[in-house]
Amino acid sequence: MKILFILVFFINIWACSPSADSRIQIKFWAMGLEGENVQKLIPGFTQKNPHIRVTVQMVPWTAAQEKLISAFASNNLPDVFQLGNTWVPQFVALEAIENLDPFIEGSSSVKADHYFSGIWHTNEIQGQIYGIPWYVDTRILFYRTDVLRRAGFSNAPLTWDELYRLSQDIKKMHHGAEKYAIYMPTNEWAPFVIFGLQGGGALLKDDDCYGNFSSPQFKKGFSFLIRFIREGLAPMGISQVTNVYQAFREEYFSMYISGPWNIKEFQKWMSSELSDQWMTAPLPGPDRDTPGVSLAGGASLVMSQKSKHKREVWQLIEYLSEPSVQLEFYQLVNSLPAVRAAWQDDLFRNDPYMQAFFEQFHHLVATPKIPEWEQIAFSKIQQYAELAARGVMSVDEALQALDKDVDNILEKRRWLLGKNE
Amino acid sequence: MNKSNKIDRKIAFDSSGGSALIIFLGPALGAIFLFFFIPVLAAFAISFTDFDIYSLAKLSRLRFIGLANYLNLMHDPLFWKALGNTFYFVLVAGPLNVIVALGAALLLNSKLVRFKALFRLSYFIPVVTTLVAVAIVWRFIYHPKFGVLNYLLGFAGIDPIDWLGDPLWAMPAIILMSVWKNFGYNMIIFIAGLQNIPEYLYEAAVIEGANRWQIFRKITLPMLAPTTLFVSIITMIGFFQLFAEPYIMTQGGPLNRTLSIVQYMYQEGFRWWNMGYAAAIAFVLFFIIFIATLIQFRVQKSSE
Repeated sequence: MKILFILVFFINIWACSPSADSRIQIKFWAMGLEGENVQKLIPGFTQKNPHIRVTVQMVPWTAAQEKLISAFASNNLPDVFQLGNTWVPQFVALEAIENLDPFIEGSSSVKADHYFSGIWHTNEIQGQIYGIPWYVDTRILFYRTDVLRRAGFSNAPLTWDELYRLSQDIKKMHHGAEKYAIYMPTNEWAPFVIFGLQGGGALLKDDDCYGNFSSPQFKKGFSFLIRFIREGLAPMGISQVTNVYQAFREEYFSMYISGPWNIKEFQKWMSSELSDQWMTAPLPGPDRDTPGVSLAGGASLVMSQKSKHKREVWQLIEYLSEPSVQLEFYQLVNSLPAVRAAWQDDLFRNDPYMQAFFEQFHHLVATPKIPEWEQIAFSKIQQYAELAARGVMSVDEALQALDKDVDNILEKRRWLLGKNE
Repeated sequence: MNKSNKIDRKIAFDSSGGSALIIFLGPALGAIFLFFFIPVLAAFAISFTDFDIYSLAKLSRLRFIGLANYLNLMHDPLFWKALGNTFYFVLVAGPLNVIVALGAALLLNSKLVRFKALFRLSYFIPVVTTLVAVAIVWRFIYHPKFGVLNYLLGFAGIDPIDWLGDPLWAMPAIILMSVWKNFGYNMIIFIAGLQNIPEYLYEAAVIEGANRWQIFRKITLPMLAPTTLFVSIITMIGFFQLFAEPYIMTQGGPLNRTLSIVQYMYQEGFRWWNMGYAAAIAFVLFFIIFIATLIQFRVQKSSE
């Protein structure tokens, strides 16, 4: 009996040891919900490629960047991983991820024109592609149809002017009650950058070496938004809203600029008689002839430079980019497909909330593709948007101070570029 | 027998004392050296460089910049703001915490109080509760519209206050929560201190005709002095490292009024990967805590 047990034990060890498994092993890290669910797509890949084994590891979003950078520092990066597309520049600066152009050239299924061009280009750094879009997102306008109707508007606002007049009318309609037209908290930098870009400004100048926020174009859009807060059309405090969905339901605000990650939550909270009283719309533009641009968001799949199985990794990326797999992925986690062909499916054609996204995906702009952008956006832009919104600084003062801080942050970049010459 | 044993031991110690020392102390010292001194020295060295995400890729992109990080800190308004906020917190919440803890300890030590164990437990529970859970509950208590605090203040005719959203009130709100959460620990130490004061001192004072205030001033407080020093230092060091409360409740806002020095260091180091700058902040904080502890020891010595 004892001998049998020992025998079984050794057979187990032997079976588990890597030498017994002749398959090629690929390590794949994905974040949050995607990481939890992508495992379900893997059997479809390994059935076609029985010689490959894919190990998926889920990394929580909040710790993702820290984990990936420490993995890089200790030479432990997985073969393939998911990156928020604004993180791609950081990992290019680290020289951690592979230039994918040679793979794309030889590929029949992954081609630039299969994707929304705004999204595709977020992965292009100095003319080279470093990531393949996995799913996409962007920010559009969520609004209450019933409130707009009561205020005398049958459609979502198309221009800045309409957005402003509509907001005034909604505010008036609430008769001084503590309710607002729109919600644009200063701890979300995206709307401030979006409207600055809509004004026609470039965010940085001189090869992304200096801040350009005090340009008249950026100022136009930025001050337009600050006005909403200063005039009480949008709430200043962010602590009043502990739950945006509930606040939206209670008409605390009737418009909100947000992304597809919120669709399911809004559907859940806008239940029963309110279920058809909200809609999504593309962002308004500065005038009727200029469509309102939004930011190119989402996540990409990237390949580690150190991977020993680049060919197999590329096969996995190609598989995850197939329209049918992209659709399956959407059904699992509601991440919008990056491949345009997938949008021809009835799943999207029949979903009224998706039309606005599809339209907006044709009008996207990428944020500056430099590793410092995260700090500029989350730390500096939010800081000065708040100072301007609370009236501690004038818009001019805030934007000049913002430029000064950004110039300081970019000092290292200027030194590096100067060194290369 | 006994004597010869002693001599034997002495001889053994003399001949192989060094190796015995190494065997017993070596592992612990080695671990401290490897996991404490080396990282601290490395961080100190990093604080003189501009170590960042670029340098992580190639060391040739690392610049030795001398004291520039420290000089930049002196001109960084956000650093001064974080430092000011931290001192505000330490100087208000620290004494408040000690006073509340002492008050609660005196009450619980009184002979008139019944259900002592129950009260002691309920004052101590916040200390062992997860801070994240506590902070989330307090965010609801502080909610300007449906928070219970504003509801209660409403009975006194006080208008609702946006506790965590108003630049003036955010830090007091953090202080209130933090004192509530932490005073139980100091209270337990004070109770232990109070129970060590001999009963005859009080009896003598009562016979002499001292009133309650006199007894407190002349007997309780002086006898508690060592306990108070210990409690103050521990509280101060802990409070200088304020991080989780603002991190969860306000993210440093509004207008950076609750940004603490540790939070600023964390942001610079682990969100923006400016490791050199973050290391400099860490050493400035270390220096401040060191000085503050020295001052407290001096004050204690001079009062003795």
